[in-house]
Amino acid sequence: MPDAPTPTHDQLYAMYRSMVTMRRFDAVVTELAEADRIPGYAHTYTGSEAIAAGVCAALRPSDWIASTYRNHGHAIGKGVALRAMAAELHGRRTGTAKGKGGSMHISDFGVGMLGAFGIVAAGMPIALGAALSMKMQGRDEVAVAFFGDGAVHQGVFHEAMGLAKLWNAPVLFVCENNQYAEATALDYHLHTETVANMAAGYALPGVRADGMDVVAVYQATLEAVARARAGGGATLLEFVSYRFSGQYEGDKQTYQPADERAAWWAREPLTAFEQAAAERGLDAARLERIRADADAEVAAAFAAAEQDPWPEPDELYDDVYVSYEGGLR
Amino acid sequence: MSERLLTIRDAINEALVQAMEADPTVFLMGEDVAGGAGRDDRGGLDAWGGPFGVTRGLATRFGRERVLDTTIAEAGFFGAAVGAAMTGMRPVVELMYVDFAGVAYDQMLNQAAKVRYMFGGTQKVPMVMRTVVGGGFRAAAEHSQTLYSIFAHIPGLKTVAPTTAADAKGLLLTAIADDDPVVFFEHKRMYMQKSHVPEAPEPIPFGVAAVRREGTDLTIVGVQRGVQFALEAAEALAGEDISVEVIDPRTYTPLDKGTILASVAKTGRLMIVDESYPRASLATDLAAIVADEGFESLKGPIRRVTAPHTPVPFSPPLEDAYLPLPGRIVAEVKRLLGA
Ligand SMILES: Cc1ncc(C[n+]2csc(CCOP(=O)(O)OP(=O)(O)O)c2C)c(N)n1
Ligand SMILES: [Mg+2]
Repeated sequence: MPDAPTPTHDQLYAMYRSMVTMRRFDAVVTELAEADRIPGYAHTYTGSEAIAAGVCAALRPSDWIASTYRNHGHAIGKGVALRAMAAELHGRRTGTAKGKGGSMHISDFGVGMLGAFGIVAAGMPIALGAALSMKMQGRDEVAVAFFGDGAVHQGVFHEAMGLAKLWNAPVLFVCENNQYAEATALDYHLHTETVANMAAGYALPGVRADGMDVVAVYQATLEAVARARAGGGATLLEFVSYRFSGQYEGDKQTYQPADERAAWWAREPLTAFEQAAAERGLDAARLERIRADADAEVAAAFAAAEQDPWPEPDELYDDVYVSYEGGLR
Repeated sequence: MSERLLTIRDAINEALVQAMEADPTVFLMGEDVAGGAGRDDRGGLDAWGGPFGVTRGLATRFGRERVLDTTIAEAGFFGAAVGAAMTGMRPVVELMYVDFAGVAYDQMLNQAAKVRYMFGGTQKVPMVMRTVVGGGFRAAAEHSQTLYSIFAHIPGLKTVAPTTAADAKGLLLTAIADDDPVVFFEHKRMYMQKSHVPEAPEPIPFGVAAVRREGTDLTIVGVQRGVQFALEAAEALAGEDISVEVIDPRTYTPLDKGTILASVAKTGRLMIVDESYPRASLATDLAAIVADEGFESLKGPIRRVTAPHTPVPFSPPLEDAYLPLPGRIVAEVKRLLGA
């Protein structure tokens, strides 16, 4: 990266805090799912924390993100309250969607989280629209769509990139290339050498970086954000990681060879960060405290959420429309 | 007769095996219908068999040449199914959840359904779209829908929604052999239910409803899981001397109107149970047909017991209030009968 700014120590500590919070949050999700203590489907993010943390660190609170069913990391990175997320996973009235959405559909407009969509690639044109909207309103916020490697085969991936070029929209398409789309391996489904290469078809910049390295993610994103804010349009970013989590909680992952997993795990982002910490002049004791604080914060959020009230059955009729005459029953 | 108990999931698998053995033009397409693509040499083959394991083992048995794991490109592979069907193959294509219909729908609605008609009967599209419907999994608004009606609405498509393992097998065999495009709905909460299934391939004709329980006071037509809800309610109501007849149309296009109208002629009352949205739905359609063609038989209003006009909520207390569970059916029957 040409003269990409080096993050300050405070920024590095903040990114680390963000990553360990994501890791801990989803570890609890896995425990709860295994014990059948949260309802529904949950998709965890273990191993890709550097992507959400690095991207979100390069954004302003007023910038937008759109996410997927695998959204916990993105939501945490953008600053959604853990308590409200945990409550949503538990289906409680205090959740981000009052219990209507669950794990797959976290949202929080207040921190620029447009929402998480369960249809593969659905967030891409939505982020594009947010970017167009910012441009039309004369604002300099940017929008980010997170999606996976499997999503590049959806029609809207291509449509959104073509339109982003057409409108010179301030949008970042962030592909989390975690080597698998469900039980299908990347080397089977991806025909180009990289996802970033696909940007060429739309005359957009395509940038690929190590998704296990939060600083590399941060720097690549910062450059794309700066370009977008300055009127330079969209970028396709590809961050390479590995999906250590199952496709969903309960997936046996028999299609991931053990040696392959082990080789990737040797590079997992938290360990990578910790190993580079001394070289970056970071204090090991402070990292330790950050881990303890994050664990405590996550534990407190889930403990509190579990005590929160359930929605009343009649609340199911709320929020279908902004206003509606005539009843919904 | 010796019982041969199979789950609906396994009955569907067996129908696919028998159809593929009998006809080399039958092949499968979908996302992870085998699973493990790219890792076959490391034990990946057949890792999934779709998210519910329905098609597990088929790739091992028939090879990846006939069990195609696609990319996440529904518009593409549904269109490819249409083209393959027009040119001599019989594709069975999986839409993993019916909620993803939005991205596959154009090929079904505008191409698969219309090729025969708009090309003047010169061509046919013998394809099957298998898809998974249903709430009760706490899977929220985008993974829980029962979008029967958006397919039943379209002339040119046939629609099938089995409720027993034997029906799942027999109706799927018919669907695959049928020369028209068929949409075959599988309810995710019913996959593990077991019942007797004949081992031999015995196709079940479309357009023949099943009377699941005989009764005299009221007819309930159930739509897929609605049949089971209705049967549970009927059992409870029998204890209170209310005799309910339960009808399972099994296929919606074509629809066996005769069996429904004959039942209403006998009982004089009709309720329809469907977990779908009520507006412009199968429940509404069935009610309209009986109001139109069986009005003279009716002693009172037709009652639809359905989901409300809202998306499917996530939280358990909300989803339980959402679904037309047997308790609600019992209460509605009593209200209808003034009992
Ligand atoms: C249109 C559509 N088709 C299929 C699915 C089912 N599905 C959910 S996640 C997924 C795989 C996505 O893989 P990828 O984009 O690599 O994201 P990852 O889960 O690895 O983060 C599929 C096929 C869906 N949600 N939407
Ligand atoms: Mg992936």
